[in-house]
Amino acid sequence: MRKFFPLLALLVVALPSMAQTKLNGAGATFPYPIYSKWFNEYHNVHSDIEINYQSIGSGGGIRQVTAGTVDFGASDGPMTDQQLKEAKVRILHLPTVLGSVVPAYNIPGFKGELKFTPDVLAGIYLGKITSWNDAAIAKVNPGVSLPNQSIVVVHRSDGSGTTYIWTDYLTKVSPEWSSQVGKGTSVRWPVGLGAKGNEGVAGMVRQMEGAFGYVELIYALQNNISFGTVRNAAGEFVKASLESTTAAAASVKTMPADFRVSITNAPGKEAYPISSFTWLLVPAEWKDKTKQQVIVDFLNWMLDKGQTMTTQLNYAPLPDVVKEKEREAIKSIK
Amino acid sequence: MGAAREPHIPDGQPTGQSFGAAAATRSNQPDSSKVPFVNQTREAPAWKKSVINLDSGFKGLMLVAALVVLGIVGLIVAELMQGSALAWQKFGIHFFFGSEWDPVSGGFGALPFIYGTVVSSLVALFIAVPLAVAVAVFVTEMCPKPLRRPISYATELLAAIPSVIYGLWAIFILVPILRVHVEPWLMKYFSWTGLFTGPAYGIGMLAAGVVLAIMIVPIISSITREVLAVVPQPQREAALALGATRWEMIRMAVLRNARAGIMGAVILGLGRALGETMAVTMVIGNSPSIAKSLLAPGYTMASVIANEFNEATSDLHRSALIEIGLALFIVTIIVNILAGLMVWTVTRGTPARTNA
Repeated sequence: MRKFFPLLALLVVALPSMAQTKLNGAGATFPYPIYSKWFNEYHNVHSDIEINYQSIGSGGGIRQVTAGTVDFGASDGPMTDQQLKEAKVRILHLPTVLGSVVPAYNIPGFKGELKFTPDVLAGIYLGKITSWNDAAIAKVNPGVSLPNQSIVVVHRSDGSGTTYIWTDYLTKVSPEWSSQVGKGTSVRWPVGLGAKGNEGVAGMVRQMEGAFGYVELIYALQNNISFGTVRNAAGEFVKASLESTTAAAASVKTMPADFRVSITNAPGKEAYPISSFTWLLVPAEWKDKTKQQVIVDFLNWMLDKGQTMTTQLNYAPLPDVVKEKEREAIKSIK
Repeated sequence: MGAAREPHIPDGQPTGQSFGAAAATRSNQPDSSKVPFVNQTREAPAWKKSVINLDSGFKGLMLVAALVVLGIVGLIVAELMQGSALAWQKFGIHFFFGSEWDPVSGGFGALPFIYGTVVSSLVALFIAVPLAVAVAVFVTEMCPKPLRRPISYATELLAAIPSVIYGLWAIFILVPILRVHVEPWLMKYFSWTGLFTGPAYGIGMLAAGVVLAIMIVPIISSITREVLAVVPQPQREAALALGATRWEMIRMAVLRNARAGIMGAVILGLGRALGETMAVTMVIGNSPSIAKSLLAPGYTMASVIANEFNEATSDLHRSALIEIGLALFIVTIIVNILAGLMVWTVTRGTPARTNA
């Protein structure tokens, strides 16, 4: 034992010097897989830097960064003006990757790809379109005969960024949805059953005849769930993919300086309309200059090297226009 | 159940001794506690003093332990009240009677959740109590010896399965069975009750009740088993000697004697059902509505907290969720009081009346 003591002492002294700078972040669960990959890869390149991220949910991320208990937060929905005002420091929204949400269905005797218009999606979720052979669905799907089967609407029961994107889209395309329900991570659903998580919604859609639900594109791709196309603002029926999601972000005409923008129903011809950024919430002023340097370096690395890792995890990368603009914004972190 | 395990409680001597060391009673005679507690004289020798110190110290420690529990409950209440202050200011007492739940526009009421919690728990009790008591009676009264242990182990094993596993099992196995076989049957023959109407989703209040029932069977049956085991053997023999059949003996001599304990077991099971979160969330349908039909989706208090707390961004929403926690606390207290009253009314009479 005595022999080991100096060794042990050396280890105790050496450990902190090996990982000198530690950053703590918390927030959204949706980008967690890519974030943890980034932080891991970054640690492999810069062994003296360790970034911890806890996926506690967007709400928790916003609260913690507002209170200053973490170095940075993360959220699937932008902070409101009110929330920004309450924060002790100025907080920047920095987009990292894109996600989109797709409509999935289980219609007995039908295996093809269904087309959806905004009106149909809103109608189903408002409880106005209740059967698969409704004229509104038949109209945009000529040549497809759908059964007289009632639609079982499935939505997320847990508060989530996926629900935020879905309801944000419905709010934009349907005045009735906007006035009756609105957008949020949890809303008052007019109809339907609530299921927990993407897996819950997907599971329910799979086993219940006539079911219709929304799931994240990543989840649908990883689990080979077939989903329909949606008509975008340019009038094209677009199938969700990593490319069409990135195209949605690229087609936004006026990107605000603080990146707090909803890109649902984007104008581009190839744009998939139910897409969204997910953001890192980074304070603009840092007292600890070492940490400030680390976060700036990391963010630049994320825009550069990090973006190349996104597609293998099925996240849509940022378009070049956004990357350029973001580099400018990162310079303002003091 | 305590009665059966009491003999296993170690006698006070070693406990007192180690405690004496902990309390650091500066005794001149470290071995004093080993001196038998007899032959006391008026002079109160040194060893007796140390025993008294030891005793009062022990009492103090136990008092502290008891106060800690009270303190924790007090802190929970204080924290819940503080956290829910915002919602309380906005909605007042109407929070508990309102049935709207709209996180976007900021209207919150807890009634659908209170209803869902109570109803799903009652459905669970309705299914679980007869089953659990039957298992306990079988094991203690009529089970062939080699089967006794396997059955006891199996029921207790049910209690060790995590609730998320129950939830997954329910989604993939139970819900399809309910949807395809059970619910159409219920709708066909019992729709006149009004309890089984509407589309058969499989998911809903009934599914939640069935899962909860399976989860609370072990706790009810294992406690009931222990209660039945301590019913004095002569009671059984006396009943049989008077010409009772086995069923009459069980009903009059065993169950009647054990009813207070069985009631206690049921209350513990109910407590678990009220607070269960994950398995219920996965099958109840999570729709904050009050429907008479048990096939319709519902929502419980624990589920809505688990579902929405993480992503609740507005302060009012978060405050309302904390107030739901307070409501759950109050409902639990009310249920406990009611249960206490029930135990009291059940046990008021003489232990075993023969006219039953």
